[in-house]
Amino acid sequence: MPSYLFWLFATVMLSGGAAVIAFRNPVSCALAVVACFVGLAGLFIGLSAFFVGIIQILVYTGAVMVLFLFIIMLLDLKDEEKRAKALAPLAAGLSLVILFAVQLIGVLSRTANKSAPELDAATLATAAANLKEGGKIATALGEGRLPDTHLIGQTLFTGYNLPLQILGVLLLVATVGVVALSKKTAD
Amino acid sequence: MPDLLLQLAIILFKIVTLTFIVVLPLVPISVYFERRFSAIIQDRVGPNRVGIPLSLLGFKKDFHFFGLIQPMADGIKLFLKEDFTPQYVRKAFYWLAPALTVVPALITVCVVPFGSPITIFGHTEKLVIADIDVGPLFVFAIASLSVYGITLAGWSSNSKFPFIGGVRSTAQMISYEICLGLSIIPVLLYFGELNLGKIVEHQAQHGWLLLPLWQNGQIGLPDMQTALFWIPAVIAFLIFTISIFAETNRMPFDLPECETELVGGYHTEYSSMKFALFFMGEYAAMVIGSAMVVTLFLGGWSAGFGLDPLIAKLGIGGFQIGGLIHLGIFLTKLVGFILFFILVRWTVPRFRYDQLMKLGWVIFFEAALINVFLAALILAAPDLTAVILGTGAVLLIAVTAAVIWVAKTSEAPVKPLRA
Repeated sequence: MPSYLFWLFATVMLSGGAAVIAFRNPVSCALAVVACFVGLAGLFIGLSAFFVGIIQILVYTGAVMVLFLFIIMLLDLKDEEKRAKALAPLAAGLSLVILFAVQLIGVLSRTANKSAPELDAATLATAAANLKEGGKIATALGEGRLPDTHLIGQTLFTGYNLPLQILGVLLLVATVGVVALSKKTAD
Repeated sequence: MPDLLLQLAIILFKIVTLTFIVVLPLVPISVYFERRFSAIIQDRVGPNRVGIPLSLLGFKKDFHFFGLIQPMADGIKLFLKEDFTPQYVRKAFYWLAPALTVVPALITVCVVPFGSPITIFGHTEKLVIADIDVGPLFVFAIASLSVYGITLAGWSSNSKFPFIGGVRSTAQMISYEICLGLSIIPVLLYFGELNLGKIVEHQAQHGWLLLPLWQNGQIGLPDMQTALFWIPAVIAFLIFTISIFAETNRMPFDLPECETELVGGYHTEYSSMKFALFFMGEYAAMVIGSAMVVTLFLGGWSAGFGLDPLIAKLGIGGFQIGGLIHLGIFLTKLVGFILFFILVRWTVPRFRYDQLMKLGWVIFFEAALINVFLAALILAAPDLTAVILGTGAVLLIAVTAAVIWVAKTSEAPVKPLRA
């Protein structure tokens, strides 16, 4: 990714993140989260992870945040704008951020500092050598493209099939639970 | 460096031509078709008077272009109207909302393949702005952003009816996005590809998804598997098309702007060009939705019947301009589908809101899931033993029966209201 694009999307993302806590109006905050997610998706796409970037927009920006916005608007939160800054939540938030930063530094300092391999024909060809000859992924890699959607699919469904199924069941249980609970209150 | 500049110039040229010269004029054209076609359906004449008023200069008759420049007059009217901002709206969001409905619809243009590659001066260029490998997902992702425009418009207007319109539309669009996404999974399974350009090329060679009547340029009946896949393809086509209607807030699903209940819906408080932007957004979404249906199911730019290699070879000297003919074919199909959109709008009455939600969640959602299973079974059939295949088929039938039974019995009969 050209570095100026990285800086552009990183700025969008970080200013979105800062705006979330800076704005007092909940709807503005929700839109700032949207800007943050769009910047993040840009970064993913810059790293040639098209699928992850697009799914980031499709799921988080297009569905999850819309529902957030929906709820915020329906509740019509007004007291949030007037409330004085309480010390306890501020301290809790700051300590969370510091904890996360410490963890990040800890992980990064143990990782060897090496740059990612260039996505040129040679790297892709060596990657293709490990895969089944004549398959869709190998063909695409041989042509010098990165079939990221196919690669993610193959990894998920061959290497992590059981965790995927368990996650699916978990989501199903959550959905059924929501329906059951809401029906119960309605009666 | 000159190479890079040339690349940039070509990309800019493609963006400007394809977005602003090919797609954007389709919006006023569809408005024109909407008015004339609805007039034909209702046995009226429709707008046919806009033209050059020659009779003012003493001629016998005015010169009108069959009303073709009516959209221009509409546009001028909207531009010249007073742009009124009500006093108690939330200004920033109120101004942002119209832009948020138009921009996503126009961004999605960039992955639509408009034609086969054209060659000029030995330089081959694809007739698509961004040839990325996640085409349909990109369209869904960006199109799902336009819901923000409608929601914010309803909320920022600070008025009850627009707010209800915005809330309705949010719920509706989110519900039908699920049907949209699930319904094209069989299609993507069949092509094994998320690149729209390659999907169309595959259809040009092996027959359109809904019309698989040729194979490598030879007209003939499809093989067993393709013929069987036609069933899930048609189900996917139906669900996808109807969901597109709901997603673009078109009749019979235009509940966000249901006049009888909501005055004008989310754009009640908007006037002049801001209102026109919502209008444009709706029509642009319709154009893009039609483009997606045509691309995925009806062969995109391909002429079909094995004619495509011949068209692609057409050229004058070094210029291979077959792609432009393909562009024309694509636009013809697109306009045809837009006409279908309009026909439905003026034929089918509006749904009630609970019917809409039931259609989305109880019928389409389940039908799309079962359809995925059916398509997977058909596509995997050659690699499976007869026992597994039979078990799968029995399971599929059992699941379908169970789903239909649950859908039938879970709905408590509505008690009639007594005064």
